Amino acid sequence: MACAILVVRSIQTGLLANLAGNPAKARTLSTPNPHRLPSKIAREDEHLLVAAAKSGDAAAFEELVNRYERKIFRLTMNITRNREDAEDALQDAFMKAYSHLGGFQEDSRFYTWLVRIAANEALMRLRKRRPNQFSLDEPIESEDDVIPQEIEDWGPSPEQRYAQTEMREILDGVIDQLQPDFRVTFLLRDVEGLSTEETAEALGISEAAVKSRLLRARLKLRQKLDRVFRQGGAH
Amino acid sequence: MNCDAVMRSVSSYIDGELGIAIREEFEVHLKACKDCTIFVQQTKFTVDIFSSAELTDLPAEARSRLHEKLRRMTQIPKRP
Repeated sequence: MACAILVVRSIQTGLLANLAGNPAKARTLSTPNPHRLPSKIAREDEHLLVAAAKSGDAAAFEELVNRYERKIFRLTMNITRNREDAEDALQDAFMKAYSHLGGFQEDSRFYTWLVRIAANEALMRLRKRRPNQFSLDEPIESEDDVIPQEIEDWGPSPEQRYAQTEMREILDGVIDQLQPDFRVTFLLRDVEGLSTEETAEALGISEAAVKSRLLRARLKLRQKLDRVFRQGGAH
Repeated sequence: MNCDAVMRSVSSYIDGELGIAIREEFEVHLKACKDCTIFVQQTKFTVDIFSSAELTDLPAEARSRLHEKLRRMTQIPKRP
């Protein structure tokens, strides 16, 4: 047990050093990111924790849970839009991850694998609750209705015009209106940081479908934010 | 490249997935078109604001239930 604690502590020390060297990402319009990494949260020590957890070290698995529980809850909450379902999906995702850990081949990152499990748990509950509103197989619509006819500047940075809690309410409000299949694609790709390939694999759709849904989701969200920011907050 | 093509390629541009020649055409258009420049900035802002949003709080009681379940589960010896 002492060894396990030592491993976790040295991992955490390394993590702090890594974080110190990686300031928050700051992409700019003039410099599109040509080599986007599959994940923003991959940590070099993850495989050590996974190996320890696989060999039966419960403390190592608990450390993985501590590390990702908030992110996974955000995902399940954003997919289901229902607190009870989100909590159930969160619990079942970690329980399934633990019981299937032996079968995890480590050809993807643990976090990606966990996100796939959690997304499936959340989607299962969403389908049960809204059976007629969700299908990943439905034909992709054109972007015509989300291509703006006129563009208006949003004025001073919206981030500075709204308090953090107010901005969160705005974001929750607009993402809630997004059709579930577009919402899930956007969440996995842009919020959880999965690559196009990983998102396609997680949802069982083609990479072309991921790209198409992502474009539509981004344009739809821009359109909804446009209405909010141009009206100065009404949404 | 016209405005319509820029708007339909904005996602690939943000992700750095456009080929060099197309990206150059895209950026030449942006230099001459204020509306498209604003549109690309707004789309990029949309992606960034969601990806950097504060994490939803995991309620304390939900966290306790999760850890209690896991503790009970991890006490059960795994099959060899």
